[in-house]
Amino acid sequence: MWDYTDKVMEYFRNPKNLGDVDNPDAVGEVGSMACGDVMRLTLKVEKGTDRILDARFKTFGCASAIASASILTELIKGKTLDEAAQVSNDDIARALGGLPSAKMHCSVMGHDALMAAIANYRHAPQPDSEEEGGKIVCRCFAVTDKHIERVVRENNLATIEDVTNFTKAGGACGSCHTQIQDIIDRVRRELAAEKKT
Amino acid sequence: MKPLIYADNNATTRVAPEVVHEMLPFCTEQYGNPSSMYAFAQAPAKAMDTARERVAALVGAERPDEIIFTSCGTESDNAAVFGTLAALPDKKHVVLSSVEHPAVYNLAETLQHRGCRTTMLRVDSQGIVDLDQLANSIWDDTALVSVMWANNETGVVSPVKEIAAICRAKGVAFHTDAVQAVGKLPVNVREAGAQLLSLSGHKIHAPKGVGALYIKRGTRFRPFFVGGHQEHGRRAGTENVPGIVALGKACELAAAYLQDEVTRVRALRDRLEREILARVPDSFLNGGGADRTPNTTSISFEYIEGEAILLYMSDAGICASSGSACTSGSLEPSHVLRAMGVPIELAHSAVRFSLSRYNTDADVDYIIDKLPPIIARLREMSPFAPK
Ligand SMILES: Cc1ncc(COP(=O)(O)O)c(C=O)c1O
Repeated sequence: MWDYTDKVMEYFRNPKNLGDVDNPDAVGEVGSMACGDVMRLTLKVEKGTDRILDARFKTFGCASAIASASILTELIKGKTLDEAAQVSNDDIARALGGLPSAKMHCSVMGHDALMAAIANYRHAPQPDSEEEGGKIVCRCFAVTDKHIERVVRENNLATIEDVTNFTKAGGACGSCHTQIQDIIDRVRRELAAEKKT
Repeated sequence: MKPLIYADNNATTRVAPEVVHEMLPFCTEQYGNPSSMYAFAQAPAKAMDTARERVAALVGAERPDEIIFTSCGTESDNAAVFGTLAALPDKKHVVLSSVEHPAVYNLAETLQHRGCRTTMLRVDSQGIVDLDQLANSIWDDTALVSVMWANNETGVVSPVKEIAAICRAKGVAFHTDAVQAVGKLPVNVREAGAQLLSLSGHKIHAPKGVGALYIKRGTRFRPFFVGGHQEHGRRAGTENVPGIVALGKACELAAAYLQDEVTRVRALRDRLEREILARVPDSFLNGGGADRTPNTTSISFEYIEGEAILLYMSDAGICASSGSACTSGSLEPSHVLRAMGVPIELAHSAVRFSLSRYNTDADVDYIIDKLPPIIARLREMSPFAPK
């Protein structure tokens, strides 16, 4: 049994902002049914100000995926897209009072859905996608190098297990573990160098 | 107060009161070590003899000393595989099925590390192993074939007699994990023709932490646990006397309740399954075309994910389990359902109900009343469910 916080269970039992926005101005859909979770975020955005007037979600997934999507909609409502873009996966996890480490990927997925919706609004390519120059590293869960890089950087991850917990990458056949390790090593070198300067 | 409807008896069972009654004195007054010489240790030693006879009787062993007691089903499975291999140093190949419980399934990797080849038998859409592949997968250096008697997730029953006949013709030992078969079906090692059979106490209303392994007389076997001379040198370690006494009593009760299991429990399961499938659209039975244990049903609810279903059911007081990734502690859904060719999204959405002698008609009424709105509610949240 997962050790979910009361907050996770509250948002799972009575999710806020469930459903689809009518005639959405932005749609972000991430994940796949085969991977076990999918999130769809729909936004109503005010023209001119880029303010998020309404945000709704639908989720195929476990309790923490549903709770992450629901609380995300609360975190971003009323913000401009630029402000919303500052909401990190860690903000989502913290708003839920924390997630079990093996479930951190649910918060990352919430963040991904948000970034996907913003990109969709701006007619930009989907973040970290192959279209944006990302290369698939984990075939089992279709995770790109760009995505792993970004999540390692944003969350200061140190091990393959961390990367799996946050992105699912490497969580099935394991054949991408050396590639993941290379990415971790490179990003951590970069982070160390950035710190010095 | 919220009711508790326990429908997860393939995970573990309530200890029968008769079993508690019989084991307790071996925790309190009769705590002697059965290996000791004094008269005080005689009662536990005798009680173990009785327990061994009862286990032997339930599985149809020829002699009680064909039974060794272990710490759990997992140990029995490990001992069967590694104990056989250790006794046959020239043999380097083991045949398993692709729907085994992790207690056997996950041995494949360890075996490969130790320089052993493994063959994973495929199963058909109903979870039945491919007998032709089995016949073609036994080589001169094959030590053992291990195929479970009944599957823990779907209840699907293997054609053990046919498997045993193939093994016999090829002169290779056959182990069957009967942890989910014992107490639910008539299990007879001699009729089935198995040389090794595993069972576990906590699945048949004994406590957790006790199991048994049947080893047919004359079967090559080296101990998996090495140490003292207990169990005629075949399993070292001071015996878990209370647990063993409990297992013996549980086996005696299992024989007495078998009729109830195959009639009343089966009728409960059939009604539960029929009503769920009728009341919930886009729900699918897994393994329904095969012979199954009378207590188990596995149903997939399209468009939603298993863990979410379990937690909503838990709020309603219903205990069941799921084939979804989120509940398995891994990121991949049930290997059993995947091996049967169940589409991955339906594997993520599978729920297993497993009943026991303690379930009633009222339990089934409760589940079939509470479940449909739970499924409907979760489908409202799903991006895929049709409006
Ligand atoms: C088919 C099967 N084999 C083995 C086991 C393991 O038994 P135990 O929990 O006693 O180790 C189980 C129980 O989960 C099982 O269902």
